[in-house]
Amino acid sequence: MTEAPPAVETNETTRKTRSVREFVETSGVDTRLLGMVVAIAVIWIGFHVMSNGKFITSRNLWNLSVQSTSIAIMATGMVLIIVTRNIDLSVGSLLGFLGYTMAVVQSDGKISFLGLNVTFDSLKTHQWYTWIVVLAVGVALGALIGLVQGSIVAYVGVPAFIVTLGGYLTWRGLIFRTGGHKGQTLSSIDPTFKYLGGAPDRSLGDWKSWIVVALACVGIVTTLALSRRRRIRHGLTVRPIGFDVGLAAAGCIGVILGVWLIAVKYKSPINGEAVGIAYPVLILIGVTLVMTYLARRRRFGRYVYAYGGNPEAAELGGINTRRVVTQTYVVMGMLCAVSAAIQTARLTSATTNLGVQNELDVIAAAVIGGTSFSGGIGTIPGAVLGAVVMQSLRSGMSLLNIDSPSQDIVVGVVLVTAVAIDALLRVRRRSGVIGTLVAGIIVAGWVIQTGRP
Amino acid sequence: MRFRQIAGVTMAVGLLLAACGSDKKQTAGTTAGATGDTTAGTTAAAAGGCKVGVSWNNFQEPRWAGFDEPAIKAAIAAGGGSYISNDAKSSAETQATNVENLITQGAKVVIILAQDGTAIKPAVASATTAGVPVIAYDRLIEDPKALYVTFDNKQVGKLQAEAIFALVPKGNYVIIKGNKADANADFLRSGMEEVIGAAVKSGAIKIVGETYTDNWDPAKAQAEMEQFLTASGNKVDAVLAENDGMAGGVIAALAAQGLAGKIPVSGQDGDKPALNRVALGTQTVDIWKDGRALGKAAGEAAMQLCKNADASKVAGTASFTTPGNVKVSSIILTPTPIKQDNVNLVLDAKWIDKATLCKGVDAAKVKACA
Repeated sequence: MTEAPPAVETNETTRKTRSVREFVETSGVDTRLLGMVVAIAVIWIGFHVMSNGKFITSRNLWNLSVQSTSIAIMATGMVLIIVTRNIDLSVGSLLGFLGYTMAVVQSDGKISFLGLNVTFDSLKTHQWYTWIVVLAVGVALGALIGLVQGSIVAYVGVPAFIVTLGGYLTWRGLIFRTGGHKGQTLSSIDPTFKYLGGAPDRSLGDWKSWIVVALACVGIVTTLALSRRRRIRHGLTVRPIGFDVGLAAAGCIGVILGVWLIAVKYKSPINGEAVGIAYPVLILIGVTLVMTYLARRRRFGRYVYAYGGNPEAAELGGINTRRVVTQTYVVMGMLCAVSAAIQTARLTSATTNLGVQNELDVIAAAVIGGTSFSGGIGTIPGAVLGAVVMQSLRSGMSLLNIDSPSQDIVVGVVLVTAVAIDALLRVRRRSGVIGTLVAGIIVAGWVIQTGRP
Repeated sequence: MRFRQIAGVTMAVGLLLAACGSDKKQTAGTTAGATGDTTAGTTAAAAGGCKVGVSWNNFQEPRWAGFDEPAIKAAIAAGGGSYISNDAKSSAETQATNVENLITQGAKVVIILAQDGTAIKPAVASATTAGVPVIAYDRLIEDPKALYVTFDNKQVGKLQAEAIFALVPKGNYVIIKGNKADANADFLRSGMEEVIGAAVKSGAIKIVGETYTDNWDPAKAQAEMEQFLTASGNKVDAVLAENDGMAGGVIAALAAQGLAGKIPVSGQDGDKPALNRVALGTQTVDIWKDGRALGKAAGEAAMQLCKNADASKVAGTASFTTPGNVKVSSIILTPTPIKQDNVNLVLDAKWIDKATLCKGVDAAKVKACA
């Protein structure tokens, strides 16, 4: 910054920003996440106004929560892959293949591809545990495929772009050689499996949702208490006790309000009862927690970030870097299976074009969420919020009846704007941020406004 | 411009070309072409081992592998020819190369299922120039020398709209169109317009949602439908979905609101789950294009083109004027609307087995399932 703005104003603004920043810093909340939450709020309010009050309704937000899950789940895995300076272009095809495979298992009770056969005799008829077996098969297969792709990247040394490009072609193609169905659409989805997809009549309902809320509150309080005790034991500075209590209260109230306003107030269009939290949303929350724990508290996660930040140093420091890289792909494969189950169950059928172009959405979600292609930087919750941003844009524009070509333009503009702002903030060029933000909003807004029928 | 281009190309290679009837009309102002009916036809006439190359745009769609390809293969084998193929995986660039590859591999006739009817034109022009006749399979290629073998796509849209319009002559319509880059999406839409256009103008029909759907993706169609239902507060009376996959997504969205079977939905392709939905009553109509009939027609036409490269001489052709005002020779088949009361047609044709068609269907209500 070469030019100094008028002195008085500077003083005042610095003071104000400093106090805000101090507050945020002591709260221990990630400023980037906070920025994204604000961005989501702005998007929601914007669409709410433009749609004459249809966006921020329990029904629309409930739908949005379900529509976001599949991409969000895969994005949590993509973060780790991008953090280790790799990429996975195969996730969309892998999702299609795993979804199709899981559909074949539950409709035929056996699976065969490329001459290999596995039978699940008991699944030929409906069983209460069908969904568990099917999901387990999918996750195991996803892990195996991840292991193959990851090993080729890590041990053979083929660039990830190439390996997963190969996967992108291979897994989609393999759909046509799976189960002898020649890619015909499969619609025999087991009734228990359908719960994974989340429809108003297949959700948690009233009281089960409140149990989840209670558990969440207990979880928030315990986590904060444990973290406080741990810091005290290690002689680290702790936040004032009032602050922690306030944080716990805010978290709990947030969860209660969110669940009440979105999931419980949404009455089933079929029987008029409260719909409650959708199972895929529950799965997403579980995945986010597990992945965050893996990334931040386990050795695996620390290795991932260490390797991403500086591969040579990590290698010299004695980290088995090849193993770490392979593991990121195994995790990704498993997450693809979970997303595949959700998409298949939601559509109540498996089609050959399930997941087409999802790799782009997943990468975009991770990147909007602050994951950097230069490695070492990126958070799991950020990627989830990134997916919510993308789906909010799509859903909002659909609500305004804006056609898909215009939607693509807006998502593209938002993607680049978000990453540009991120890049400017990293090099502390705040002056450029406002300009970029304004330019992005004007272009996106203009495309939306002129694209309305 | 186009006229001059065509005239120029025709003149330059006039003597090598097997000029076809419709082409003569196009280039009537020039002298070349009209007289150029010579060599290519006879060189290709060694039809005994005639090799036919098929360039699929996207073999991922179940229909091509399951029905069209076997029929094409059978027709070619019956004519004593051989079959080669490749897949462009939804890429227009790849397809242009693929067409060249087929010719390099010795294909005497090329059948193209175009990813992009415009982008493929240079490749088609160079093939016909080299004396290799081209069949535009299912999707239009606006090249005067290409033989257009297809179902009447505008007719499909018309039949879809007619079936729905008969049930819902006025009310709120949602239209879920296919991929924006696929000309069929617009053909279908224009066919629909012929049926509902007047009612839309008079205000009897209100279109409360209309969108293209990337890659004809059922999951996207489902999300779109959810949003249209939210936007209109479930005040949707009919849905025109352009194919069965998307109809499946639409019906999943309707089912979530307890509306499946209450709101008429259209589709096309004769996908097995869709035919099951028709029997169940959750999908109103499925416009069935028997891929085997189309494949057979194209395979047989290819064998005739081996002997004579003139597309207008193929049995059963008629002249067809394209949206771009090019006259092409064409074989146009009529599709069949399948509704709950005539699902027996797909059973009789052995397109689907009874167990699949009638799964969960009340046999008392649907005669074919009894």
